[in-house]
Amino acid sequence: MRARDLLHTRPEGLYCPPGDFYIDPVRPVASALITHGHSDHARSGHRSVLATRETLEIMALRYGADFAGTTQAARLGETIDVNGVAVTFHPAGHVLGSAQICVEKDGMRIVASGDYKRRADSTCAPFVPIRCNVFITEATFGLPVFKHPPDSGEIARVLKSAEQFPERAHMIGAYALGKAQRVIKLLREAGYERTIFIHGALAKLCDYYESQGIALGDLQPATVDSGAKTDFAGAIVVGPPSAFADRWARRFPDPVSSFASGWMRIRQRAKQRGVELPLIISDHSDWDELTETITETGAGEVWVTHGREEALVRWCELNGIAASPLHLVGYEDEGD
Amino acid sequence: MNRFAELLDRLVLTPSRNGKLTMMTDYFRTVEDPDRGLALAALTGDLSIAAVKPAMLRMLITERMDPVLFGYSYDYVGDLAETVSLVWPEPDAHLTANSQPTLADVVGALQSASRSDGPKVLVRLLDRADISARYAIIKLVTGGLRIGVSARLAKQALANLGAVDVTEIEELWHGLTPPYTELFAWLEGKTERPEKTAKALFRPVMLSNPVGDGDLEKLDPADYAAEWKWDGIRVQAVCEGGVRRLYSRTGDDISPAFPDLVEAMVFDGALDGELLVGDPVHETGTFSDLQQRLNRKTVTPKMQQSHPVFVRCYDLLQDGTEDLRALPFIERRVRLEAFVAKLDPTRFDLSPLAPFADWAALEDMRRNPPHPVIEGVMLKRRDSPYLAGRPKGPWFKWKRDPFTVDAVLMYAQRGHGKRSSFYSDYTFGVWSGPEGGEELVPVGKAYFGFTDEELRQIDKYVRDNTIERFGPVRSVRADRKQGLVLEVAFEGLNRSTRHKSGVAMRFPRISRLRWDKPTAEADRIETLQALLD
Repeated sequence: MRARDLLHTRPEGLYCPPGDFYIDPVRPVASALITHGHSDHARSGHRSVLATRETLEIMALRYGADFAGTTQAARLGETIDVNGVAVTFHPAGHVLGSAQICVEKDGMRIVASGDYKRRADSTCAPFVPIRCNVFITEATFGLPVFKHPPDSGEIARVLKSAEQFPERAHMIGAYALGKAQRVIKLLREAGYERTIFIHGALAKLCDYYESQGIALGDLQPATVDSGAKTDFAGAIVVGPPSAFADRWARRFPDPVSSFASGWMRIRQRAKQRGVELPLIISDHSDWDELTETITETGAGEVWVTHGREEALVRWCELNGIAASPLHLVGYEDEGD
Repeated sequence: MNRFAELLDRLVLTPSRNGKLTMMTDYFRTVEDPDRGLALAALTGDLSIAAVKPAMLRMLITERMDPVLFGYSYDYVGDLAETVSLVWPEPDAHLTANSQPTLADVVGALQSASRSDGPKVLVRLLDRADISARYAIIKLVTGGLRIGVSARLAKQALANLGAVDVTEIEELWHGLTPPYTELFAWLEGKTERPEKTAKALFRPVMLSNPVGDGDLEKLDPADYAAEWKWDGIRVQAVCEGGVRRLYSRTGDDISPAFPDLVEAMVFDGALDGELLVGDPVHETGTFSDLQQRLNRKTVTPKMQQSHPVFVRCYDLLQDGTEDLRALPFIERRVRLEAFVAKLDPTRFDLSPLAPFADWAALEDMRRNPPHPVIEGVMLKRRDSPYLAGRPKGPWFKWKRDPFTVDAVLMYAQRGHGKRSSFYSDYTFGVWSGPEGGEELVPVGKAYFGFTDEELRQIDKYVRDNTIERFGPVRSVRADRKQGLVLEVAFEGLNRSTRHKSGVAMRFPRISRLRWDKPTAEADRIETLQALLD
């Protein structure tokens, strides 16, 4: 079977004709396989959804219990037959519940990895490289300039700054699913035991992570009870990045604006967002991890999706691996 | 080195002027000589290090990585120093562990390197540095830190350190050299103010404010003299005791690029004027002619022949040993006229006054200037002394209105650096061809003039209406029925053989988004062609 007969792009997303399903479709379809719960990959309104239990539960939290007609939970490593196509979910290390989806038929095996990262993250299962004929990789940080430093050093900078400026609130922007919980977990692992204040948009997902056995310590809503700004002096506040540009942020004393994201590697990116304390903490692979992963899968062909496709395609060419961009639309450039 | 690298990192990310000042002042207060003085020189652009050209830097990095991947990286990051600092191969841990060089070590190594050794020394430094230090080192050797700090702001930080006025520092500045130990000693109150021993120092320039709505109604025309606003660059020509210097309006010494003019600076005094190309009597060249002479360190004899420069004089600040700046404008003007009369007439002339009866008459003069290299009028209060900076009231500039055209957005390109997540560079076109067979022909490209909010709106429009993608460029739906009309303002139009449309705009910018305007009603190429004739 030719790879493109097993999976190819349609306006709705990546489509498997023999299995008659889509992977991470951007429009409502009859049958959807979903890699992880981020909203650009996991949308509501599909007739049936196959995903990991955690991803299904996260979708239900975000969209309501009726987010799809029917759902089926995929267990990691277990193969499911979908109209004669063997489908297996493997951990992707991106966020809780995230998975790569391996589809196989007639000796052709394609792994759609969704979003993935390689470094340790105690809030989700680690990525497992799967040998395959075709590896579909994301390219969010697909440029050699992206080198994520160790998380511990980044977290140490926040803690140092919080000591240096005890009168200011430290506002860490972090996406609600995955990044926020990881940043909180990293703070705890670095020995930070004080209450961490969170924006309301994080509450449900933090509770969910807790319910899955991921301890996040004492979290309190960042609401103003007494009306005094000094309540948050020296505090660490975690919220979605968009909230910090909002009037919501005015309740905090002289905030130090921080943002936990792989994009923070680029000075001008930090500058553009008005970030004073950039934290290079990413849920995606950096350049070296992307290229190492491609090598580890042993794939003879690589398809590159959302991000900076051209550089990764070039790297593959230089290394004798056939590669092409998939030009999928609808996935956020920015979601880290 | 780490403190300096950290300062650069923080300065880049600190938007507020006050924040930057605080960081610089703190740095100057807490870092020792000579590092702080070298940092100061780096910030003001006065650190002389045999420059490593950007081309050399590219060569060094492309010897170490695939040039195509480097190209993508540079295109994305938008800053050569940052790109190279990020993609440079990481050092072995044992090299960085026990040797953290000071800024003086780094500068010393670079300064003692011969021209041919420069790249080798640079490589040795980069191979031992982490990303942040690599960035700082590259910024040093490529010259021009471009981190949002002007020399003036750095001088302001010094002024804050010593609680003195910044003009005191500007006046002293060209008599001092790195690492400025005597300057810091004075600012910290340890010694007397350094003597102004150097000759031909820069005088802080007086600037004007644009005429705002309702400004003129409150003013009496009789209090003001008007002159033409020439379209060159503002300069200050100073000669004292045989020392001759030509300064830009920010106090940069640009003499080396204009030996032809400096040779004719045979006087004792300080002149304020406009640097122009051509000769005063026969032909005043356009700004694009002048551009051939700008931003060069040196100049060829051929260029001096084909593009001679002269100064059209506005003001006289110093006449011999006499400082005229406290005198009223009209008295300085009389002195200026006598002064310029004695100079080489091929290199200096007077900017004539432009008499006017009332504001309406002046408005007419502003709209219809008598010479194409005039971009408006200047208004100067007759009794105004020459004051440093941009005081509100004594001087105004009143520019000619720009030309505008309604054009259709055709292509959008992702911006660089700060705008690398936005489609922010727009190519626009106007209609050409017979009725019923109209086609858009591109006439220009603009990447500013809109607000941040408008940028977000256009960016969204581009993403929603893309019909084709070519790398960082998107082609946008643009036909007789659908598309986005942009009102484009521009300063002038040149004939161009390089562009299909035959015209090239000067200083084009987006002046309005015409969401309301149907594309079929955008302008035709004939409208622009008529402006050429």
